[in-house]
Amino acid sequence: MTTTSLTNPQGAGRAGDKVFSGAALAAGCLILAVLFGVALFLVIQAIPAFTAPAEDIQGGQGFFAYIWPIVVGTLIAAIIALVIATPVAIGVALFISHYAPRRLASGLGYVVDLLAAIPSVIYGAWGAAFLAKEIAPAYDWLAKNLGWLPIFHGPASSTGKTILTAGIVLSVMVLPIITSLTREIFLQTPKLHEEAALALGATRWEMIKMAVLPFARPGIISAVMLGLGRALGETMAVALVLSSGALTASLIQSGNQTIAAEIALNFPEAGGLKVATLIAAGLVLFVITLGVNMVARWIITRHKEFSGAN
Amino acid sequence: MSKRIDVKDLNVYYGNFLAVEDVSINIEAKSVTAFIGPSGCGKSTFLRTLNRMHEVLPGARVEGEVLLDGDNLYGPGVDPVTVRSQIGMVFQRPNPFPTMSIRDNVLAGVKLNNQKISKGEADALVERSLQGANLWNEVKDRLEKPGSGLSGGQQQRLCIARAIAVEPQVILMDEPCSALDPISTLAVEDLINELKDQYTVVIVTHNMQQAARVSDRTAFFNIAGTGKPGKLIEFAETSTIFNNPSNKATEDYVSGRFG
Repeated sequence: MTTTSLTNPQGAGRAGDKVFSGAALAAGCLILAVLFGVALFLVIQAIPAFTAPAEDIQGGQGFFAYIWPIVVGTLIAAIIALVIATPVAIGVALFISHYAPRRLASGLGYVVDLLAAIPSVIYGAWGAAFLAKEIAPAYDWLAKNLGWLPIFHGPASSTGKTILTAGIVLSVMVLPIITSLTREIFLQTPKLHEEAALALGATRWEMIKMAVLPFARPGIISAVMLGLGRALGETMAVALVLSSGALTASLIQSGNQTIAAEIALNFPEAGGLKVATLIAAGLVLFVITLGVNMVARWIITRHKEFSGAN
Repeated sequence: MSKRIDVKDLNVYYGNFLAVEDVSINIEAKSVTAFIGPSGCGKSTFLRTLNRMHEVLPGARVEGEVLLDGDNLYGPGVDPVTVRSQIGMVFQRPNPFPTMSIRDNVLAGVKLNNQKISKGEADALVERSLQGANLWNEVKDRLEKPGSGLSGGQQQRLCIARAIAVEPQVILMDEPCSALDPISTLAVEDLINELKDQYTVVIVTHNMQQAARVSDRTAFFNIAGTGKPGKLIEFAETSTIFNNPSNKATEDYVSGRFG
């Protein structure tokens, strides 16, 4: 008769568990440390911009007066990008996941992923050299026919280098991100729920409305937020496309500026307080992005009970 | 509001693979017909051809005729969407829409077919359908809660309520109890017995006792071997299939000698 002990004196075979949990913990801590480090750097470096007398800040009216027009400009450009890109991206993703024949779908998916691999400076060059010129006549038309709307107030920019053009270029840049993510989510819709809808006599579009889109809702929000993150932070394309200036309501005149482009254009020649001002602008962008992500998370968890997870 | 189904010489293919061969069967209105047979014999595949749900799979097609009170489901110009709104289906695993409340789940099919429905009518329909599925008393106080919060058996009855809310002619059930515990199974079986007063019910089951308990007539499907097509071996009154089958394979199967 042999008795086996339940205790394992060496603890052998557990080493892997310990290493892995240690590594996972370290990775988790590292990401927090990096985030904290960046925030700390931004705050410390930005303090002079907040404490300096108002007339020393660029514009001569203090940091707040300097920052708010470019915050608004950043948001305008990002919102234009999302308003254009989100419906198109969801449409393309649905076409790939539920409508296209399989061979076309995989080819199309590949092309969309390829769009994401194009460097932003190329989008910027395309926007500045080609799109702006081609789209200028359309802006003229908008100014003539819809000029009573403040956002289309004329006279339109003759070069086409406006915040609307920048927004359109940004929308092309965020399109592949939103498309790839939403496509993956649409493909993950449980067959069970799609069949439930079809068996009730749903057409394909009704099935998508009933089973696919509600299931994908949190994923769509996350994808849009990731796209928004890129649109908010995109520097090069905006710097090239936009002929920047003071904040204007009209989207088809030159003017407006985004935080990222402002930093990129001014940083090389900046010194002293100017550097602190630009870093403070970076801090504001950081806070906006953080806030956007928190709101997204809140929207997603608000409907947890009705998500596909339970 | 129930119709009979007559199937004539039906072959089902997946691409070039013949999955079910030459089935002819007459399913009476207002009765329960059970399909039994070993796994892979094509009974679920055949069931799906009765409301064209097999077309969800790429490459699946049929030859032959399925007549719903004389109208061929595969006739030219017949829309599978219309077919499915008349021939409802309940699946193996309960599949209420997780993003919808219990109430909205019941109304899901109705909102497709008849976009405009007043709140009063909707409330009455929800109550009637849930009563019909023997679920009303358990959920009447939480109609706005998600359907996915119910137990498996309740979810399955919710799916049945959803199916009968559109008042179909026929209800197809693909192993509706295989994911349920015995008590929930009993609840669903009781319900099937009540449903046949109004509907034509066709049920696929792996459980022979279940077939014996709930069905009026039973069809035995079998397969000669892997890669061979499934066939309808015998179709008769349930008591005949279980007590006095005419085919040796049927006898072996129902007496538990194989399968």
